[in-house]
Amino acid sequence: MSGQPVTISRRNFLIGTAAAGAGLSLGLYLPTGSAGAPAPKQAPEVNAWVVIEPDDTVIIRIARSEMGQGTLTGLAQLVAEELECDWSKVRTEYPTPGQSLARDRVWGSFSTGGSQGIRGSHQYMREGGALARVLLVEAAADAWGVPPEACTVAASVITHGPTGRTTTYGQVAAAAALLVPPPTIELKDPKDWKIAGKPVKRLDTRDKLTGKQVFAADLQMPGLLNAAIRACPVFGGRLTGFDDSRVRDRPGVRAVLRVDDNAVAVVADTWWQAKTALDALPVTWDEGENASVSSASIDRMLEEGLAAQGAFVGNRVGDVDVALAGAAKTIEAVYGYPYQNHATMEPMNAAARWTPDRCEVWCPTQNGEAALEAAAEAAGLPATQCEVYKIHLGGGFGRRGAFHDFVKQAVAIAKQLPGTPVKLLWSREEDMLHGAYHPITKARLVGGLDDKGDLIGLRIRISGQSILAAVRPAALKDGADMITFQGMLPEGDHAISYTIPNLLVDHAMRNPPVPPGFWRGVNINQNAIYLECFIDELAHAAGKDPLEFRRKLMADHPQSLAVLNAVAERVGWGTPAPEGVHRGLAVCKTFASYVAACAEVSVADGGKLKIHRIVAATDPGHAVNPQQIEAQIEGSFVFGLSALLYGGCTIEGGRVEQQNFDSYPSMRMAEMPKVESIVMPSGGFWGGVGEPTIAVAAPAVLNAIYAATGKRIRQVPLRQLG
Amino acid sequence: MAKLTINGELIDIDVEGTTPLLWVLREQLGLTGAKYGCGIGLCGSCTVHIDGKAVRSCVVPVGSLTESRRVVTIEGLSPDGDHPIQQAWAELDVPQCGYCQPGMIMAAAALLDGHPNPTDADIDSEITNICRCGTFNRVRRGIHRAAELRKGEERS
Repeated sequence: MSGQPVTISRRNFLIGTAAAGAGLSLGLYLPTGSAGAPAPKQAPEVNAWVVIEPDDTVIIRIARSEMGQGTLTGLAQLVAEELECDWSKVRTEYPTPGQSLARDRVWGSFSTGGSQGIRGSHQYMREGGALARVLLVEAAADAWGVPPEACTVAASVITHGPTGRTTTYGQVAAAAALLVPPPTIELKDPKDWKIAGKPVKRLDTRDKLTGKQVFAADLQMPGLLNAAIRACPVFGGRLTGFDDSRVRDRPGVRAVLRVDDNAVAVVADTWWQAKTALDALPVTWDEGENASVSSASIDRMLEEGLAAQGAFVGNRVGDVDVALAGAAKTIEAVYGYPYQNHATMEPMNAAARWTPDRCEVWCPTQNGEAALEAAAEAAGLPATQCEVYKIHLGGGFGRRGAFHDFVKQAVAIAKQLPGTPVKLLWSREEDMLHGAYHPITKARLVGGLDDKGDLIGLRIRISGQSILAAVRPAALKDGADMITFQGMLPEGDHAISYTIPNLLVDHAMRNPPVPPGFWRGVNINQNAIYLECFIDELAHAAGKDPLEFRRKLMADHPQSLAVLNAVAERVGWGTPAPEGVHRGLAVCKTFASYVAACAEVSVADGGKLKIHRIVAATDPGHAVNPQQIEAQIEGSFVFGLSALLYGGCTIEGGRVEQQNFDSYPSMRMAEMPKVESIVMPSGGFWGGVGEPTIAVAAPAVLNAIYAATGKRIRQVPLRQLG
Repeated sequence: MAKLTINGELIDIDVEGTTPLLWVLREQLGLTGAKYGCGIGLCGSCTVHIDGKAVRSCVVPVGSLTESRRVVTIEGLSPDGDHPIQQAWAELDVPQCGYCQPGMIMAAAALLDGHPNPTDADIDSEITNICRCGTFNRVRRGIHRAAELRKGEERS
């Protein structure tokens, strides 16, 4: 409870005891000798989260990764809030997964996905900041021979009220590092936040404006070689051979290597040399049993699942069959959502250096610990002899969290060139062909209305791919992938926002041989389209206003209703839109946040769509940095609407057909609607912000298109509709 | 051996003429601000200026350039990172992951040179870079803000 003493978590107890006296600052170790690489420094570590230099610079350790979503700044705000330090002197650094391993996972999970960056670590990080503050005050009080209670702190300055003496955190940090933390700590009530909860600027902007920001793709180090790779384009296929005599003598080429079962790499002085040599390399593949898989064959699998008998149940209320049989009116529709590639702007990459007793990897990763595990596995070394240095990601979106294929490949290459650092960079084409794709599903929805036009029964059959079955089979529940039901579950972070008296949501799991992955938003992307567009269909079938139809189902969902109402009020629902402009709504709860949107679109003669404006509301419980939440809302719309308008990976001959941004376009400036964000934190819970709003963009636009045209679009992407 | 004028310096380079300018900048000169995103001139992450115009350096063979052509990269846009576009970007916290931003900034800076008072339509037609994080609305505001800042600088 905020404002109340809490017993500190085991993690922070460990921090205190393990860290006592450990004068250590980590820093990002770039063995480059290049300008700008921070030299390792010795500064007092007050605890695992907080290092303070004599000049009062505060270094806050962040285990989660920064990939644009702003978590680095948000978490630093929370620590700084409790620490009461001078925000203008805050810097951040990543601890390494190897150091975490050596210190009993003192920094907790490194995983940065599922919109968990802040909501999954705020508690122990705020404790870390508060504990550091207590120790710093105690150190000052000890030095003055006064009780700590007689001291106050503000902006890194400790003051002893009765005597007016002052000192700074930098002066007492070394002494504080030797003290034992108290067993309980009081955290601030969010009402009293001064740094957290405020729209402060990001800490990582400056170098992103000048080209100084080093991404892993930019790494330079002495003796570094560069690798380009090609894996069998058919999923599950194998490399059978390559004729390196054709490229060995090209300028700069150092090696042509079999990486593993399915990939070949060229290593050269420069990446351009490696890439062009690879393009010229004759390669043969055994395409294997998936060579005949196509979008058409996958669609047949999914169609079969739509009508199949057996299915995993995600949500069951009442008796939907009876309700539908007795309905005055039933309607039915089939929706579909395709494969999507993450298409991070920075293609997959990693640099590695392997020796018989040590392996080091530099990479953009959403999960440093998983990267370390992958490195160790590929290196054939214990994790304790490996290290991963995380570098800010040029986009993650889920591609770089559960999957470290690029790390394993980099290590497998480096292992064949012992002692030589090698940087592997995928071409865009390789990146498009070897994704961890947003899973493909279809859904059949049947809804029943009574004679008053009220919804009395809804059956949703989802047919298609399970991410967990492919990625984390141990997380299946009696075979069921509960993540498939995001936004349709009876309770929890992804609960349905409606009370429907008779409801059945089930999943016929059909897993085509295309590797699925977590893609920003995950299954809420399609589930929100299925549910929110079909609710819209039902409202129209009932002859009711889509807002009123929803409201009637939301009496028991006040927080969802609140965001929906906020959006409706801001957009002026019920009042005329500008000439030719039409509106559509969507609402859902996902990643523990409540989100809603209203889109305003026009469709010109000839079918040209213009999305003019989207009003979006989100209630994430606590809003740590409102301006960054707004940035996430706008950004998530670009991601979700790019998928709606242009996305979609199709399969032919067992491989993805789209290979670059020419066939897999992404939204650009001219298509970007005006976005009005309503950030309305109601307190009492911690919801995510990186993903939730992605869910409501597409259905709001689709519902607005229906309002504009009378045409119901049930298949993503729109471009396939001609 | 060829000579290029990069960020005001005359530089000798020794690569095959077919090598794209992007890879000469990144791998011969250590100027890694311009990014590889697509390699086919579509995404704009590699945007630099050639004679003041925004150009996608991944599709410019270095052999097509002569030393009289003035190449400017993000590293050479301003001495202290204080070009009006950079100032506006800092003010509005435009970047998210930041990978596309050097290209976005170079495209925006060139736009501003050609259109001191850019309209939204100018921005729509000239800024065609891809940003998967979705910074477009802040980019737009940033360009308008930079135009104001530049007018202020000219007055002072």
